[in-house]
Amino acid sequence: MKRTQTKLLASLALTAWILPALAQDIVVYSARNEQLIKPLFDAYTRDTGVQVKFITDKEGPLMARLKAEGKNTPADVLLTVDAGNLWQASEEGLLRPIRSKTLETNVPAHLRDPGNEWFGLSVRARTMVYNTQKVKPTDLSTYEDLAHPKWKGRLCLRTSKKVYNQSLVAMMIHEYGEDKTEAMVRGWVDNLATSPFPDDTKAMEAVAAGQCDMTLVNTYYFGRLMEKNPNLPLAIFWPNQNLKTKSAGVHVNISGAGVTRHAKNPAGAQKLIEWLSSDKAQNLFADVNLEYPVNPKVAPDRNVAAWGSFRQNLVNVKEAGSLQIKAVKLMDRASYK
Amino acid sequence: MLLALAIAALVLVPVVVTFSSFARVEGDILAHLIEFALPELVGNTLWLILGVGLGVSVLGVSLAWLTAMCEFPGRRLFDWALLLPLALPAYVTAFVAIGLLDFTGPLQTWLREGWGITGLPEIRSRGGVILVMSLALYPYVYLIAKNAFATQGAIALEAAQSLGLSRTQGFFRVALPMARPWIAAGLMLALMETLADFGTMAIFNYDTFTTAIYKAWYSLFSLAAAAQLASILILFVLVAVVFEQRSRAQMRYSAVGRSAAQRRIRLSPTLAALAFLYAGVVLAIAFLIPLTQLALWTREVIADDLDTRYWAFAWHSVLLAGIGALMVVTVALLLAYAGRKRPGPAMMWTQRLATLGYAFPGAVLAVGLFIPVAALDNWLIDTGRAWFGFDGTEILKGTLAVMLLAYLVRFLAVGFGPIDSGLHRITRNVDEAARNLGTGAAGLLTRIHLPMLRASLLTAATFAFVDIMKEMPITLMTRPFGWDTLAVRVFEMTSEGEWERAALPSLAIVIAGIIPIILLTWHGTRSHN
Repeated sequence: MKRTQTKLLASLALTAWILPALAQDIVVYSARNEQLIKPLFDAYTRDTGVQVKFITDKEGPLMARLKAEGKNTPADVLLTVDAGNLWQASEEGLLRPIRSKTLETNVPAHLRDPGNEWFGLSVRARTMVYNTQKVKPTDLSTYEDLAHPKWKGRLCLRTSKKVYNQSLVAMMIHEYGEDKTEAMVRGWVDNLATSPFPDDTKAMEAVAAGQCDMTLVNTYYFGRLMEKNPNLPLAIFWPNQNLKTKSAGVHVNISGAGVTRHAKNPAGAQKLIEWLSSDKAQNLFADVNLEYPVNPKVAPDRNVAAWGSFRQNLVNVKEAGSLQIKAVKLMDRASYK
Repeated sequence: MLLALAIAALVLVPVVVTFSSFARVEGDILAHLIEFALPELVGNTLWLILGVGLGVSVLGVSLAWLTAMCEFPGRRLFDWALLLPLALPAYVTAFVAIGLLDFTGPLQTWLREGWGITGLPEIRSRGGVILVMSLALYPYVYLIAKNAFATQGAIALEAAQSLGLSRTQGFFRVALPMARPWIAAGLMLALMETLADFGTMAIFNYDTFTTAIYKAWYSLFSLAAAAQLASILILFVLVAVVFEQRSRAQMRYSAVGRSAAQRRIRLSPTLAALAFLYAGVVLAIAFLIPLTQLALWTREVIADDLDTRYWAFAWHSVLLAGIGALMVVTVALLLAYAGRKRPGPAMMWTQRLATLGYAFPGAVLAVGLFIPVAALDNWLIDTGRAWFGFDGTEILKGTLAVMLLAYLVRFLAVGFGPIDSGLHRITRNVDEAARNLGTGAAGLLTRIHLPMLRASLLTAATFAFVDIMKEMPITLMTRPFGWDTLAVRVFEMTSEGEWERAALPSLAIVIAGIIPIILLTWHGTRSHN
């Protein structure tokens, strides 16, 4: 008798938790920050009536959290930046494969997981930015060329601790092997004008101030800086456009998403990701941060398009993940801080 | 005693989780770090501790002496204003300092373009990190040392002078040694925060033990290797703390004959002017200049970014920091009190273990706490499902209780330091006298000790409040849906490098952090009158 009562009371107390779980909400764990995703989720709710709840944090803690929560995670979708992180989430068994014709059409093959566990939603190009008063575009050619002694004391770089540089070097390893890549990174380090910067913007400001002549950045940082300060003597150069070089195309990375292994609402999660890749959402997704849409049918923001079109490197971005550890170790060996 | 053990046990949970990582040693990652990173970063870390230790001691003790013992123009203002840098997160000071002083900053640009002067010392350097960390963290030493000087009584110093010591000798041979537990307590807090810091080090790109921990986790994808490195860091801190405690275990620091009103030292006009200048420069560099920069950046973004949600962010921050600070102070008082009633090695170890949370790199502690909570939750959910057909995914996690307990584990040290050192000032004679007059244990606490400890309690509450306001990793990991705080806003902006936009929430944190500092001062003046 007493036990029944306890059960009853406990069930009543638990109802408070049960109710929200019944609604077909979608829960997103996101390493892409709030101001970049909230407008999209609001639009999705307006379109479909489905509520999207989200929590933001860094990738590492989010993945540790998913893992610790196991089958009782509230998360349906993991949204992060950088293919390396998505690859790692898949390695850890945190995602589930989904079959979706829509995503296969909307997302180019090199920007999604061959195992269908994650899909790119926006493209981030890591390219060269140079001082227009000190460098002629004809002097510039490839990432590899920056190791040449003619650049001695003229190069600024962001720290190797940032995943963007780790991905770049990982992709280089994929194409050239470790030895050649290490020699190249050592060349970069030898050419540095000053110790590496904590972020892309600081590196570009140093280029503009003449502390060095050029640097490597993600384009949206360039866009943001020029929007605020249009008179800076800076311009973008697209490297590795010559198809004869071994590494062909500008290094690209993605922000992307996958459905969690233990999603409570996997169908809803898949619909959300498909919607994010659609014509309707792609501009909102990419333009809010001056990135490139992943969907080739969708044109980039006008200001972004003004930087010119370029050929992407077509190696699958998963290599950024599978070779990341090697890349980090390599950069340590080359004393790239 | 039992309670003290229970508290220590709570803190031990993340410690055990972290140490349990040794069950699976990732040999190749550790070997790589040892070969290519360890020698440099151990050197870097030691230099940092040495430099910041010296920096905060010199700044904190000298400023505390000036405001507590001397009279000079502006003293009343400096007395509380010198605490303000506490409200400013160190990474903000760092970002502003680099922005102003680096090659691209206004100072160097002006010198270079106007006067052709180059070759200034590089701010992004070891010296730069030490300078910024010292300026950001000296208030820990300052506030606790000020309490020490204010309560140590004039008699000892007068005795020293009657024995023929000059004023300077009196300071170094009497006042300073008598204030040692306080200075040590402040120093420990500053150094633990330095060791665990990630944000400031990332901005300076200065590799320390803690940055290597994050590298193992985020870049080399090995939470296990990160936890193993963190274990080594924690052990090092534990040994250092116990060693410091041992070295003064036999000393007593009770005040001798508290004189009712201490006479302040009247400085000569030249010295008074120098004191004013010194305190003013520290305040300007550590607080006013960064604050002005924040205000300027805020002006650029406020129209776009400030919306009604900010009331909720600020309210969450203040509420969590308020409740958290209350918990920290209460538990720290109990823990310190247990040590007074039953001193001994067992108690000392208990206290030291219970305050280790502050030495953890933040995100490592957050995971160390989250993993057991999630495991417990999984068990509860499975049980609930079997018994009641429970259909949710969260019972404990995603509640404020977990978040507040995590803050307690993290910040118990900042409450314990001031309170424990404050208790040293109360002689056992006081306890005996009170007992002889028929006061019970409860009366002793509420009527004798608490009033005598008021300054220490307020100090502890201020530290805890401001630190919780600034805390990021635990807040990010344990906050329930919709419980974003000002610190979460800072994260949202800085994670994509938008430092200028982060000025708005940072400024809000500073303003909210000033509230307890003003309360503290107000209480201080009231008790003086």
